[in-house]
Amino acid sequence: MTETSLETRALSRNFGALRAVREIDFKLGVGARHALIGPNGAGKTTFINLLTGALAPTQGRVLLAGRDITDKVQAERVKLGIARTFQINRLFRGLSVLENVCISVAERIGAAPSMVCPVGWRTDVIDESLHILEALKLLDHAGYRVSELPYGRQRLVELAITIGLRPEVLLLDEPAAGVPSAESHIILDAIERLPEHIAVLIIEHDMEVVFRFAKRVTVMVSGAVFAEGTPREIEASPEVRAVYLGQAARG
Amino acid sequence: MNVTACPTAVSARIDQMAANVLITRHRFRWWELLPWLASIGFYFALPDYLGFGAELLIAILFALSLDLALGYAGIITLGHAAFFGAGAYTVGLLAFHGIWTEPITSLVLAASTAAVIGLASGFVLLRTQGLTLLMLTLCFTALLQEGANMAHDYTGGFDGLPSLPIAPVLGVFEFNPLYAHTQYLYSLAALLVCFLVVRTLVYSPFGQSLTGIRENLLRMHAVGSPVRRRLVLCYTISAAIAGIAGGLWAQVNAYVNLSALDLDRSATVLILLILGGYGRLYGAFVGGVVYMALEHFLARIYPTAWQLGLGLLLVMIALFARNGILGLGDRLWRRYRVGRAGS
Repeated sequence: MTETSLETRALSRNFGALRAVREIDFKLGVGARHALIGPNGAGKTTFINLLTGALAPTQGRVLLAGRDITDKVQAERVKLGIARTFQINRLFRGLSVLENVCISVAERIGAAPSMVCPVGWRTDVIDESLHILEALKLLDHAGYRVSELPYGRQRLVELAITIGLRPEVLLLDEPAAGVPSAESHIILDAIERLPEHIAVLIIEHDMEVVFRFAKRVTVMVSGAVFAEGTPREIEASPEVRAVYLGQAARG
Repeated sequence: MNVTACPTAVSARIDQMAANVLITRHRFRWWELLPWLASIGFYFALPDYLGFGAELLIAILFALSLDLALGYAGIITLGHAAFFGAGAYTVGLLAFHGIWTEPITSLVLAASTAAVIGLASGFVLLRTQGLTLLMLTLCFTALLQEGANMAHDYTGGFDGLPSLPIAPVLGVFEFNPLYAHTQYLYSLAALLVCFLVVRTLVYSPFGQSLTGIRENLLRMHAVGSPVRRRLVLCYTISAAIAGIAGGLWAQVNAYVNLSALDLDRSATVLILLILGGYGRLYGAFVGGVVYMALEHFLARIYPTAWQLGLGLLLVMIALFARNGILGLGDRLWRRYRVGRAGS
């Protein structure tokens, strides 16, 4: 077993009487390619929000490389290397693609609080942003406003912003959601090319993507972990088929 | 024909352009001189209107302070008069009670008072957004106004503080109520200094992060930005500049009254900025000139109904030019260029 990067212990979150996430013990290895699946309303996004610090847990702990980070706010966790993408694009729509990435890079390297020197003098920020766009094959679109791009490319900008944070742990919330199937390969290719040392947790509904990408799969049902294993084991499990795959096949 | 060489050449050009836009954005353009040349031209061409001119410059400065908070950081406020009033009353109280009458240091004190109030109120109010924030800023200003009204013994209450003694600028240039030369040039100098500060800020990485907050709050949290600290800092700086505008207003008019803290003032500055175009530095200038000219000249022609004309103009702006007059100009200019490139 590899080293653990991100870990939760009995992590729970209630919304009033609703137990959205209950007592999840979860381990994400360094460099893992892990998928989180489950029917709608299983608590997957809530779980991600607990990992990033956007939500505080009702109970339980979150650990990063063995260190308790439960009390750290979101901004601090980003500095420690936990980054995420959103299920629905959250981009700076009125700004250019390049500037979208620059904002994230500037935050990471600590250039953002500077009030005196102009953005244009921080060529380190601009250069790094251009490199990220190049790696994602977005360079042709660097000068476009995000709102002018097709949705598939916008999803890629979402990824580019996150890569600008140089994460150790990357949480991808349905990265290909809403993208026409003809374009989804752009995003999947980009995810496959992510540096190996990054631990990636991906929420995905498309089973093809899950089985192509993930080395391990966790199934969540009604806020709790229902099963965990290799994609083959999960696919073969009759219980999982019953609650999830069967449902998906019917739907 | 080499098929592969073609797209790379294009991409190199486009990413170069995108990077160049960022790299050169803060550089001064020739047309940025125009408002200043116009202000100097105004001084020589219309010596009888210098009092009006000083009012105009102060309105522009006030709108510029709002642009930093509203246009760049997206802080929606209907209470910016709080800081204008704080600055005005700082100058007024110090002068009226004979504590301090030197104008430039008074402005610094006005800015400091407004900044402290901005910091304290921002710390509490900027936890909220949108309509809640709008109402809270409005209430906060109303509270300040009522406070100024009730502190009658110091502030003169409803009557205000008349005939403020203001020392000559730099010990030489006197404020003459009949010939407003000093008032005009002094206001112009203050506007220039504040403008340079705001301009530097908005083109800095700090300003870029404010734009990020305006464009997508959740994303800024997700890239690890200390969003609330940035907003409070921006609000404080904006308040300080509004305080300078208020201080100038008190000095130029040699009086302070409750109108400095009026809802009317908060609304007017908002209208003026929306008219000119927010989030683009020069919107305050264009909006200021258009609004003040309308108020001045329309009010003369139609004393009772001039606001009808203003209302119509605002409706047109809201319907057809969401980004104000400058935004409209921008769009026309682009269309013209595309048309020329096409033909």
